[in-house]
Amino acid sequence: MDQQLKEQISNEIKTNDVCLFMKGTPDSPECGFSMAVANILKLLEVKFKGVNVLENQNLREGIKVYSDWPTIPQLYVKNEFIGGCDIIKEMFENGELKKIFQEKNIPHKS
Amino acid sequence: MTMNFKELESLIKEAFPDATLEIKDLAGDENHYSATVISSKFNGKTKIEQHKMVYNALKGKMGNELHALALKTKEKNGPTT
Repeated sequence: MDQQLKEQISNEIKTNDVCLFMKGTPDSPECGFSMAVANILKLLEVKFKGVNVLENQNLREGIKVYSDWPTIPQLYVKNEFIGGCDIIKEMFENGELKKIFQEKNIPHKS
Repeated sequence: MTMNFKELESLIKEAFPDATLEIKDLAGDENHYSATVISSKFNGKTKIEQHKMVYNALKGKMGNELHALALKTKEKNGPTT
């Protein structure tokens, strides 16, 4: 993949502790799966950066290669890929997601 | 971009012969499915690894022919040979 794109992605996930690659924006998601993850982060009152992959076709394809993950949304916390929609939903329901935020010192609703 | 039920089922079964498998066509449009896969092949793997194994079984069709697959994976524990 393109070096510049790779740097753009790694820059996003390094400079934003919680970074969600999604379709649409946190306030105006354009896909139900992206909305579900954005809503979970909002519920937990976690500050996050939403990166709209629909604004950039290269990014939309590039993030899939970068993470080796075929779908959007994709959640990164402190530079680590946490998962897509199904995994985040499951981790939210069983409390693991909160644990990750705790362990990684991300401010969230307790 | 659609994928029929049988094709999806056989791709997963091929990769996880021991799997307990439940697939649903959520919208009846051959494009939005949910699948629960329970297999001993997942034992000891992280969720991300488990989901990647299923995506790999779909041979690049996920996100292309197949638009949406709500996925649940579980480890299967039981007597081993």
